[in-house]
Amino acid sequence: MRVFFEQLVNGVTVGSFYALVALGYSMVYGVMKLINFAHGDLFTLGSYLGYTFLVWGAAWITERAGLWWGVLGAILFAFLANAGAGILVERVAYRPVYRAGRLPLVVSALGMSIFLQNAIMAVWGPRFQVYPSDLVPVASLRFLGLSLPLLKVVILFLSLGVMFVMYWIVEKTEFGAAVRATALDREMATLLGIDVQRVILFVFTLGPALGGMAGVMNGMYYRSIQFSMGWNYGLKAFTATILGGIGNIPGAMVGGVLLGVIETLLAGYIPGGGAWKDGFTFLILILVLIFRPTGILGEKVAEKV
Amino acid sequence: MGVLLEVEDIRVSYGAVEALRGVTLRLKEKEIVAVLGANGAGKTTLLRAISGLLPLVQGKVLFCGRDIRSFAPFELLRQGLAHVPEGRRIFPTLTVEENLLLGLYGVRHLVSDAERKKRKEWIFELFPVLRERRRQLAGTLSGGEQQMLAIGRGLISRPKVVLMDEPSLGLAPRVVQEIFRVIRQIHEEEGVSLLLVEQNARKALSVANYAYILENGRVALEGKPQDLVHDERVRSAYLGGSGIRQRLL
Ligand SMILES: Nc1ncnc2c1ncn2[C@@H]1O[C@H](COP(=O)(O)OP(=O)(O)O)[C@@H](O)[C@H]1O
Ligand SMILES: [Mg+2]
Repeated sequence: MRVFFEQLVNGVTVGSFYALVALGYSMVYGVMKLINFAHGDLFTLGSYLGYTFLVWGAAWITERAGLWWGVLGAILFAFLANAGAGILVERVAYRPVYRAGRLPLVVSALGMSIFLQNAIMAVWGPRFQVYPSDLVPVASLRFLGLSLPLLKVVILFLSLGVMFVMYWIVEKTEFGAAVRATALDREMATLLGIDVQRVILFVFTLGPALGGMAGVMNGMYYRSIQFSMGWNYGLKAFTATILGGIGNIPGAMVGGVLLGVIETLLAGYIPGGGAWKDGFTFLILILVLIFRPTGILGEKVAEKV
Repeated sequence: MGVLLEVEDIRVSYGAVEALRGVTLRLKEKEIVAVLGANGAGKTTLLRAISGLLPLVQGKVLFCGRDIRSFAPFELLRQGLAHVPEGRRIFPTLTVEENLLLGLYGVRHLVSDAERKKRKEWIFELFPVLRERRRQLAGTLSGGEQQMLAIGRGLISRPKVVLMDEPSLGLAPRVVQEIFRVIRQIHEEEGVSLLLVEQNARKALSVANYAYILENGRVALEGKPQDLVHDERVRSAYLGGSGIRQRLL
């Protein structure tokens, strides 16, 4: 039972990273009908930016304010820097081809993915980098006989908190309604006074920002990062997106957490399951696509095409 | 009376196909102007061109005396021009209330919270069924209710001019009655000006102050409704036979 709960917490934590990345896929897909292939690499970028922040900048903060501020600083830094990167990517790779249609946009996204991956390799090198253990807190929390690393608990609650804020923005605010309206019918949104360009910029800024944040937390969780990890990770988060229902914001969160839990439990309980973890993920993707392509929380009302 | 909308000799094309071939019309304050015409005459194209959704090949559109192209399309609602497009275009997965309030999005900085509430109440009074269904997803409404929502969403910002594209299309007679009742009411009580595109010529002429008849992208005929209903061509082509005068006048 104890093992089960520990696995469950692990699953939810990993799943919440998937969910943060999935949010970016889902928002961009919703508004642009684009599968943003560069999104996984923006996740990697965030991971490296957080790493660099910790290695270079955090000593200064850590000395004065303590380890936690270094950690939070790294997450915030990656969030903001990735938001900037998102704006830049939109400007350079996407905006020039909006009018050309969907296919050029997809090709441009693929190109951006390759560019980012190679740029990260050129800057940080092709080998694994390891998040420094002396720069992250190691204390543990005792809870109902479980021993949970405090860092895990904090990043879990941080990502759940961010997801809640996202949910609130998209589902409960006026601007969120404008984003959903734009996703459904861009022209009608325009007629209602919604500046669609701004909505597009919003999803291309916030998506990578959330992905960057997940990148740092993922780095702290698994410790080692590599320039090419965005591809695989992106595919998993994309699976989570499909699982929850693409274009659906609450769906991305549910799909992410669910995928993390399923993956962790299968890996934990099936002998030799760890090696098959990624296989499970794509099995899920295939099954969802066959049996419920609209995802768990797929649109309740038929959407006109 | 001031002129709100002036369309001056505009041409619009879809690739090689010319859909509007020099159309001129005007809409004055507190006026309902009907635009009639058969399917494919160019009525929808006309409204979409006014709203900036289609480029003009030639001519211009003035709104309150200013070139309408000096505004981005999304800025027009704030300037007081609303467009209730053909086919309702409500957002099916948003609630009725969310749909309605999005009609205020373009003017959100100009409208206080108290005023928002008042506007919402006003629309609910015009279309009581929307109040009952306000928490429902708009996609679950009937066709007539969706049209009412689309109209309410277009009116809630209290625009100076509403472009309305075939509000009665495909609706049951009883619903058509209700929609025209509201059109009459907002015209009389609020003084909203309306450019009303309709295939239901009889209904449209019964509320309009002036009408244009489009054929193949051109204005074939224009005039006051009471004159048009006497016109033989109009009667045979758009009003379908006799007995109209009694019903209209
Ligand atoms: N998107 C489009 N592409 C090409 N031709 C179009 C398009 N929309 C309308 N048309 C053509 O333009 C003409 C006018 O159409 P429209 O304005 O929709 O007419 P109406 O609203 O009066 O029925 C028609 O001949 C129609 O076939
Ligand atoms: Mg039409």
